[in-house]
Amino acid sequence: MDPRLKSPSRLARLRRDLFGTPLDGAITIALLAALGAGAQALLNWALSRADWAVIQANSTLLAVGRYPMAQQWRLWLLTGLLCSATGASWGLLRRRSWPRNDRIAAGLLLAMALVVPAALELGLDVRARWWAIAGLLLLARWAAGRWSHRLPLICQKLWPLAWPGLYVLGLGLIGGGLGLQPVRTSQWGGLLLTLIEASFAIVLCFPLGIALALGRRSELPLLRWGSTIYIEFIRGAPLITLLFLGQNILGFLLPGGLAPDRVWRAAWVLTFFAAAYVAEAVRAGLTALPRGQVEAARSLGLNSLQTVLHVVLPQALRVALPATVGQFITLLQDTTLLSLIGLLDLLGTARAIMANPDFLGRNAEVYLVLAVLFWCCCAALGLGCRALEHRLNRHSSTASR
Amino acid sequence: MKGTPWWRNRRLLPLLIQAAVGLTILVVIAFLLGNLVRNLSAAGLLLSWRWLNLPAGFDVSETLLPFNAELPYWRALLAGLVNTLRVVVVGLVGATVLGTLVGTAAFSSNALLKRLARAYVELIRNVPLLLQLLFWYFVIFLSLPDGPAALRLPGLVLAKSGLYLGPSALVDGVWQGPARITLEFGALLTGLVIHSAAFIAEVVRGGVAAIPGGQWEAARSLGLTHRQTLARIVLPQALRVIVPGLNSQYISLAKNSSLAIACGYSDLYAVAETTLNQTGRAVEVVLILLGTYLTLDLAISALMNRLNRLVQIQER
Repeated sequence: MDPRLKSPSRLARLRRDLFGTPLDGAITIALLAALGAGAQALLNWALSRADWAVIQANSTLLAVGRYPMAQQWRLWLLTGLLCSATGASWGLLRRRSWPRNDRIAAGLLLAMALVVPAALELGLDVRARWWAIAGLLLLARWAAGRWSHRLPLICQKLWPLAWPGLYVLGLGLIGGGLGLQPVRTSQWGGLLLTLIEASFAIVLCFPLGIALALGRRSELPLLRWGSTIYIEFIRGAPLITLLFLGQNILGFLLPGGLAPDRVWRAAWVLTFFAAAYVAEAVRAGLTALPRGQVEAARSLGLNSLQTVLHVVLPQALRVALPATVGQFITLLQDTTLLSLIGLLDLLGTARAIMANPDFLGRNAEVYLVLAVLFWCCCAALGLGCRALEHRLNRHSSTASR
Repeated sequence: MKGTPWWRNRRLLPLLIQAAVGLTILVVIAFLLGNLVRNLSAAGLLLSWRWLNLPAGFDVSETLLPFNAELPYWRALLAGLVNTLRVVVVGLVGATVLGTLVGTAAFSSNALLKRLARAYVELIRNVPLLLQLLFWYFVIFLSLPDGPAALRLPGLVLAKSGLYLGPSALVDGVWQGPARITLEFGALLTGLVIHSAAFIAEVVRGGVAAIPGGQWEAARSLGLTHRQTLARIVLPQALRVIVPGLNSQYISLAKNSSLAIACGYSDLYAVAETTLNQTGRAVEVVLILLGTYLTLDLAISALMNRLNRLVQIQER
């Protein structure tokens, strides 16, 4: 198309969208002025008044807390393994094609590996490790996409099972034992602790939530009432009071010595808390399922367990997916509450750093970095959920045709 | 029923499953309660409410009811509850107003306003509330200028010593006004309102989007302006979809107010934590907390259900 023809139409569209009526025009100008002033103030602050040394000096503390220096190779190994597995899964999904989204993701990854360690003024050896890890991820993506079709089909089918295995291995690597020097949970901290707590709760609250949702819709009154009371009780209480309960009463509820330590107590409370909300999301999916599905499955001779596993859950979970991932995102954000009960998660570590006289008054920088970090994680989860939803819907529509 | 094995018996099986589940629950509860009683009696902390009448010995920083350290614990907890109710009630009103504005801005004829409303929701929903509260208190409110340099808005003065409503004046370098709001309350309220408004905006947007396009077109063809259409035609109908969604957002706000401790505001949870530290009465304090928040949620639900009945279509 002739560019001269295109540009006026775009201008006209802009004019219609922004200056359609005099009032719209006034609103646009006021908003633009406010946005400009805000952006200028922020830029001015970030470039001249902000002092980013607090982040640069404490990047290791924020990442892993007081994890012993000599044992940190275990975390590097785990990061490398996780990135390789991510790359392999990515490659298995896409095969040899590199669609536009993948190219953008790969570019972003490389840019982050180059820019972030440099901005944090990490040592050259640490920077090199981050480059190696990013390279490993992309290499695994490329290799899996290129050669995975030569693997027997059973290997490709069984690959997702590698993830739970890797998770258990990861917890073992972090905690030690079995010949590795143990690292006590009180030494876990920062982003590491946040990720451990969030992932532990996400992994366990999902099956628990499904069981509760099925229980709440069960025909057996005892199961129904039990699940309902549990869900409503948990949903009626603020998380902070439940964490408070976990820290102060769990010790009384279990025989001496059996109660888990403070970190695992919080992880279990988060799990039981999130399960009630996931149960409500799954229940909405179950409600959306037409009755005929269950009746058809029963008339084909499937028993209750088979009906639930092969007919009800696959369809209900697909409907419940967005709400469930929404709960996972909330759960990730809720881990910040651990700092209020004295655990050194990402926010707790940050607050401990700001209490240090060397970094007094550097609240804005630290909170801004944390907000950006959380925003990126949560937005990425949301994007991933939408992509998965899209993929599942595409599959179901081809299947029904 | 001869020939049917017992595990296929459709009358017996449900009973057996329920008996098994019931027995498991009973055993677990008995185990936990047994431990609780044993451990508590060993610590000399068996359930008792007499300590509520002992003098508290700590002060609550801001209260509507008169309070001092010599008054009993139950008065301290009551003062905390009143503080919670205060921030919840004001927060509900503020979040509803802001949320409705942002939610309807998504249907504005101005493209920039539409995008900004979307960006606001995406920004707020993906950052933890606790982080936002800390940001408002420590970064914004605590860095307000004091004395003559204070920010002056029409009818409102923002100073480090507090927020002054109404006609205020500087007397000897100290602001004096008819109504003073503490920074703690101001920061908590701002954080809660801005956070809840993003969620309420999504509820409002969903409700407005559920109204068929024909309603808009019919109103416009009758000569109503965009704003009149929204206020007189679309929003009243959308309320039927919005009110149930608002209910859960209001309950969230009430529960989220328990993060007040991050801003140094003495709400029920903050007072309860201090009470526990002083008395060691963990079980009683947790029971009070859970019971109070559950009652608060139920009260909000009951009110919203009445409102819901009002906005539903009245059929003849």
